[in-house]
Amino acid sequence: MINKVCPSVAQAVADIPDGATVMLGGFGASGSPIELIHALIDHGAKNLTVINNNTGNGEVGLAALIGNGQVRKMICSFPRSSQSKVFPEYYKAGKIELDLVPQGTLAERIRAAGAGIPAFYTPTTVGTVLAEGKEQREFDGRTFVLERWLKAEYALVKCDTADPLGNLTYNKTARNFSPLMCMAATTTIVQVGRLVDRGGIDPEHVVTPGIFVNRVIHVPEPVHEDTLIAEGRCYP
Amino acid sequence: MTTGWTREQIAARTAQDIPNGSYVNLGIGIPELVAKFVPEGREFIYHTENGLLGMGPPPSENERDLDLMNAGKKYVTAVPGAAYFHHADSFSMIRGGHLDVCVLGTMQVAANGDIANWSTGEPGAIPAVGGAMDLVQGVKQIFVVTQHITKTGEPKLVERCTYPLTGVGVVSRVYTDLAVIDITPEGFRLIELAPGVSFDDVKNKTGAQVLPPDIPPTDGA
Repeated sequence: MINKVCPSVAQAVADIPDGATVMLGGFGASGSPIELIHALIDHGAKNLTVINNNTGNGEVGLAALIGNGQVRKMICSFPRSSQSKVFPEYYKAGKIELDLVPQGTLAERIRAAGAGIPAFYTPTTVGTVLAEGKEQREFDGRTFVLERWLKAEYALVKCDTADPLGNLTYNKTARNFSPLMCMAATTTIVQVGRLVDRGGIDPEHVVTPGIFVNRVIHVPEPVHEDTLIAEGRCYP
Repeated sequence: MTTGWTREQIAARTAQDIPNGSYVNLGIGIPELVAKFVPEGREFIYHTENGLLGMGPPPSENERDLDLMNAGKKYVTAVPGAAYFHHADSFSMIRGGHLDVCVLGTMQVAANGDIANWSTGEPGAIPAVGGAMDLVQGVKQIFVVTQHITKTGEPKLVERCTYPLTGVGVVSRVYTDLAVIDITPEGFRLIELAPGVSFDDVKNKTGAQVLPPDIPPTDGA
């Protein structure tokens, strides 16, 4: 019987090597796989390229991963937020690279990687500095910009309910990039609040089919980034 | 002496131009206020690009759900009939031309419909674009709401944007504290003056030519 359940977050991230490209689910605080990110901090892999919409908040989760000096480069759409201080500090000190990608293009590049589409044309960025140096082409009288797929060795995501085959459902807007990242990574690692038996998720309700998932870790009462920040916590 | 519209009044005036049944995306700031001024008898369905169609008002303290936020990362609610989806679907709605109206704030808007609202281009500043470039390219109508001039008195409606562009030739109409102005093939054209504002006030505070309305306006009383 296939069983993708892994006993601990520590074990789940233990093979992530230095220099890996890692996608992290989440939009701001919602959907951020905090326990997996903290396990990655404990594990200590360095020179990571991290793909996320943002750059973390406070001094927990992604911000703590950056603050621990483990991230060489961020690929994201919106690196600023009212509570982000670690990334700006690192960026201004020249200690981290930034690859800025418009949000919809970021999502579609990740989706394309999962779907086996190496590149696609989009109207987004036409006529702006973000289109400079990129191939452009006209279709039906309108100009489009060529964008390439975006892959990763690992994806770390958080979901609401999973079964041992890795079928997943999410909670509200915590879904965001996670289903796309599950498709685009070679190894997808999922932390789940509610682990159910096979058949515990109605097949009609599955959002991410288990074929896109490699490891499932039961984290029964996950902490929320906003709660940690409100409590003034930092990690480690 | 100019008086003009307050932030709320700009939002209310904008809402008047959104047809019943529209799928609408509201940016941060004055655009968010549009949801408070839906004209009697109309329903708008709000899209927020992080993955919700059918966004409702902010929750009370005890109905707050940490996993239910909008693109500005503020807690929101979902109305009956709402739907959640992932980012590729969300931006398919945007890029695929399925949304009717996007209301955005701006730093500059030009007479040719160019908009600059994501970066001042200052060296050392951290650039952040989010979904702005997708929205301006994909949504059927782009309405810009803004103060007519900056805090230091510079016009925000200009001949050509000097800040880095978000999109080229994408804006339909501009709503400011002084006036409603259309972007036409000939440039800015006045549609309506705010109360107590004259056409000369508008022309003096705009960094490009403003054409008179096709139908002559009555000066705001």
